Amino acid sequence: MSAPESSVRLLAGTRKGAWLLDSDAGRANWQMTGPISLGNIVNHIVADPRNQRRILMSARTGHLGPTIFRSEDHGETWVEASRPPAFAKLVPADGSKRGGARRKYEPLARENESPEISPRTVDFTCWLAPGHQDEPGTWYAGSSPQGLFVSTDEGKTWDPVSGFNDHPSWADWTEDGKDDTPDGAMLHSILIDPRDKRHLYVGCSGGGVFESHDQGADWKPLNKGCLADFLPEPYPEFGQDPHCMQMHPLHPDILYQQNHCGIYRLVRPSDTWERVGDNMPQDIGDIGFPITLHPRDPDTAWVFPMDATEVWPRTSPNGEPGVYRTRDGGKTWERQDQGLPPTQAWFTVLRQCFAADAWDSVGLYFGTTSGEIWCSQDEGDHWHRIAEHLPHIYSLEVA
Amino acid sequence: MTRKVKIIIPDVLRSYTGSRAVTAVGTSVIALFDDLERQFPGFRFRVINELDELRPNFKLFVNGTLEKDLSVSVGAMDELFIMQALSGG
Repeated sequence: MSAPESSVRLLAGTRKGAWLLDSDAGRANWQMTGPISLGNIVNHIVADPRNQRRILMSARTGHLGPTIFRSEDHGETWVEASRPPAFAKLVPADGSKRGGARRKYEPLARENESPEISPRTVDFTCWLAPGHQDEPGTWYAGSSPQGLFVSTDEGKTWDPVSGFNDHPSWADWTEDGKDDTPDGAMLHSILIDPRDKRHLYVGCSGGGVFESHDQGADWKPLNKGCLADFLPEPYPEFGQDPHCMQMHPLHPDILYQQNHCGIYRLVRPSDTWERVGDNMPQDIGDIGFPITLHPRDPDTAWVFPMDATEVWPRTSPNGEPGVYRTRDGGKTWERQDQGLPPTQAWFTVLRQCFAADAWDSVGLYFGTTSGEIWCSQDEGDHWHRIAEHLPHIYSLEVA
Repeated sequence: MTRKVKIIIPDVLRSYTGSRAVTAVGTSVIALFDDLERQFPGFRFRVINELDELRPNFKLFVNGTLEKDLSVSVGAMDELFIMQALSGG
């Protein structure tokens, strides 16, 4: 069943603050509100589907520590979390006060095991995810370096999810959190199975995809079939670089992943990803950051390919931006570029910057690092720009 | 004995304190930040990380002298100046 088609609200997180865009009843005209927290780096701003008045926003100001802001009035006013996401303060087992060298820490994640973890601090919170429908106060957050955090009071206070952050394999999975990708190593794509609040997935860049069946108490890698061509072993158990992973909301056994090394689809209970990006045009390739799904049809998905040749410019191939859509689960892909600039347009669309609404004719929205937001009212067939001159866009969500 | 120390707050943190100068109690610099956190929730973590380390681009001056040791003692009549450098675009 589709959502009421009255208007659409977009939430844009940028390098210099957040903006809201509200459409008219036809999604033709848009009104922009903002900036919110001008000067703050807003990595993610997300409305709560269980309470549309509530919005959470992860932010930091340049050199200040990261924090979370919460609005309970559609974004009119904001209150800071009294305890933002932070790694647990681990005490070196040798009793010394300061870390520095890699050493064993207590308390331990599990009895009789001794994870070796370097001292960690949250650099920024990159991902916010509302919890299960049956837990209206629960939110999850992912950080850089790779950490998972939970709030059970609507985002006011946050606790580390020790089952992941202190897992005996955390340092191996994440290269000790030192995998400094250009925007920092991240835990992202926090997915909650709508049928089972205890069933979670996360993506780590780098590290791969991980799955929990006990609400985060324990985790296992889920990366079979997923290439990591930058490692000596191209199909390792973990170490891959998923850029964005999505679970179909009505068919939660179907997951898609835009990875550093291709586009993948997984149909549970199989544990082996299929590289459906091999069916993309060879001259475009199947590398990119985001992937977004049709809200009802599990075989329809959209990607925004980027140039991954030589030094990886991470811009639209040949300066000719185009969205690619599959309607058959990745067997075939079609280019959708009507209305997009035909040439000399070097768009970069990051992992959190491609969203879909739930109207009968699905609206699609992507934001670029050059501060533009583009919209399609017909499932990608035609595009038009609805915002420009914004700062570098880190995230774009439909409320 | 309660030691009330004057704290000078940089612009970027005045949304927490509402003013350029506040007071806090504590016998060490880190204890002053604990008291600032009690007074202004969220303040401490934006300056000091979970390892009790000063975040990059911050400097602390006690009575005008650069102080890198957060455990150093402070007393009444002392002044803590929090400096935050802004750089980049």
